[in-house]
Amino acid sequence: MNAFAQSKGGPGAQQLSPASGHGRRSSPVSWRWIDRLALAWAWTAGLLLCLIAGAIVVYMAIRGIQYLRPALLAERPAVGASQSETGGFLDPLEGTGILTLIGLLLATPLGVCSALWITEYGRPSWLARIVETSIEVVAGTPDIVIALFGLALFQTRLLAPFSFTASGGGVFGRSFFAAGAMMSLIALPPLFAATRDGLQAVPKHMREAAYAIGKTRIATIRRVLLPSVRSNIATGVTLGVSRIIGDTAIVVLLLGLTLRSEPQGSVPGIGLLRGTGSTLTTYVFQNSPAGEGAAPQKAYAAAFVLLMFVLALNLVVGRIGRRQSDELGLGAAGAIV
Amino acid sequence: MLERLRHPWTDHRAERTLGAVSLIVGVVVVAMVAFVAVHAWPTFEHDGLSWLGPGGNLKDQTEAMQATGAHAPASAYHLNAWPIIYGTLLSTGLAVLLALPLAVFASIFIVELAPRRLRAIAIPVIRLLASVPSVVYGLIGVLVLVPFVGNHIVSDSEKAKYASEVQLNGYSLIVTVVILAVMITPIMVALICEALASVPKAWREGAIALGLNPLRAILAVVVRAARPAIVAAAVLATARALGEAIMVFMVSGVNFFSPRPGDGVTFFFEPLRTLASTIVAFAEGASAPALRSALYAFALLLLFSSLALSVAGYLIKLPLRKYQVRA
Repeated sequence: MNAFAQSKGGPGAQQLSPASGHGRRSSPVSWRWIDRLALAWAWTAGLLLCLIAGAIVVYMAIRGIQYLRPALLAERPAVGASQSETGGFLDPLEGTGILTLIGLLLATPLGVCSALWITEYGRPSWLARIVETSIEVVAGTPDIVIALFGLALFQTRLLAPFSFTASGGGVFGRSFFAAGAMMSLIALPPLFAATRDGLQAVPKHMREAAYAIGKTRIATIRRVLLPSVRSNIATGVTLGVSRIIGDTAIVVLLLGLTLRSEPQGSVPGIGLLRGTGSTLTTYVFQNSPAGEGAAPQKAYAAAFVLLMFVLALNLVVGRIGRRQSDELGLGAAGAIV
Repeated sequence: MLERLRHPWTDHRAERTLGAVSLIVGVVVVAMVAFVAVHAWPTFEHDGLSWLGPGGNLKDQTEAMQATGAHAPASAYHLNAWPIIYGTLLSTGLAVLLALPLAVFASIFIVELAPRRLRAIAIPVIRLLASVPSVVYGLIGVLVLVPFVGNHIVSDSEKAKYASEVQLNGYSLIVTVVILAVMITPIMVALICEALASVPKAWREGAIALGLNPLRAILAVVVRAARPAIVAAAVLATARALGEAIMVFMVSGVNFFSPRPGDGVTFFFEPLRTLASTIVAFAEGASAPALRSALYAFALLLLFSSLALSVAGYLIKLPLRKYQVRA
């Protein structure tokens, strides 16, 4: 599964690397010009990508430090004429948290159960293939399409309780419930892939040993398999979280784009979840020149906070990956795509 | 009842339960296709497939759609979406063309050339590039690249020349393509690296033993063996670029103008509009049934394109199994 980790210890890599001085056979100087050009381009391409990533982080850090004030994190957004009057982004922060929570609550059991069923039971096999294909379809579907699907779904009369209904009888279809449910679809593929890869990496003899002492399959899953793939699930959850907090399209379409969280109904917790609001991503979106309020300083500050979250989650994934030592260490393609 | 719950699960029951939970995803996918198709149906009903074609004025058409209110007459559904489809194909195609050589050689660098310590830095950094939210890319685009292109790259004479048709203010094809390329390159790098690393080392060593220099050996043997995976990576990246909505909405200008290749270099500085960004643009006003149906028709188009591309990516990778290259 993981290319990067695999190639790490490749025996040939180091000594064949012409630039590291170990190229015993031929030094690049004696190569034809086209080969030298290709070599130069490979180095340029690799370093260019690193440079772009570095530039983005550094630029956002500079802007973030320039514009981010601690008060912004604690103030609720407000309507105002100038950037000093429009408050901070407490509500968007909460919104991001709520959506992450709902998304994970739905996606984690779904992803882990599917992975368990497919690797441990998977009968009939055509049904297993359908499930696996479905998850791949979800992974490949653009988030804007998922968002439109969510809108259509939550505007049906059946799901009206999850959002607010206008006096005319039209279901609004936009709420934390709606956005969170669709977020779970975004988080599902990495969660499933990470858990499945972990389960597949558990050696067969561990299962056989458990069966030999008379454990049932489900007991083996609970006592042997789940504990040994805990770190894989953690990786999946982390990847899922970074998907959720980075997604904008779903929030734009399904959370109503109100500045503050606006609860619907009188029950405190449920009312909030039925209501509309915003997240960090839509806060950035709304405050950029593309949105309504042109407040680039606020947008930079919020985008910096967002990027820091993503960076932290990335570090966590790297950490867990290193502890696992082999599978899924770094950026396993399934996790990125 | 409680007694039953306290008992350890039987295998049979566990299998049933896990299977049922797994099937939810399948149901969701079917529901997704069904919901989007049902909502898109009016457009197909009134226009057949002709809404995919050129002609007409899209700006007037969408305005008419919004103006018709709750009960749209059949004429309101009339639509010629070709400019949007063209914009989508154009930005996606150029972005993939730009990203492909970058991704292939960056992958060669990571898998074959980079010293171990540099590789240990490059991999997490490129992974970070893949996880930067699209709204952050959009923000940098709209606040840094767009003004830069508008103020320093496009000359005043160019602006004046096209002023009557379109405003060349930096919201442009070139910015869209460059950022899209940066966004899809890490995805391609991940897939290509996986394939390059799974090519047996002995093949390359054999090529070197036959007298090729190390780089030639990589290009002629390793990259060649991984060619299906490279194509598949490009295909999957295409699917990703097609559906990018927020970033494109922020930097492409979301203009009804389509870039004209006949305009020379200015072509790259002209604004455009894509399917996904159009959905974002009209998301608020989607209560008019005609417009709503058109948006769902766009979504259906995106859904089927990404589906077809996923299948294509899978099929292209099949030959790799023949070589026993794991990918």
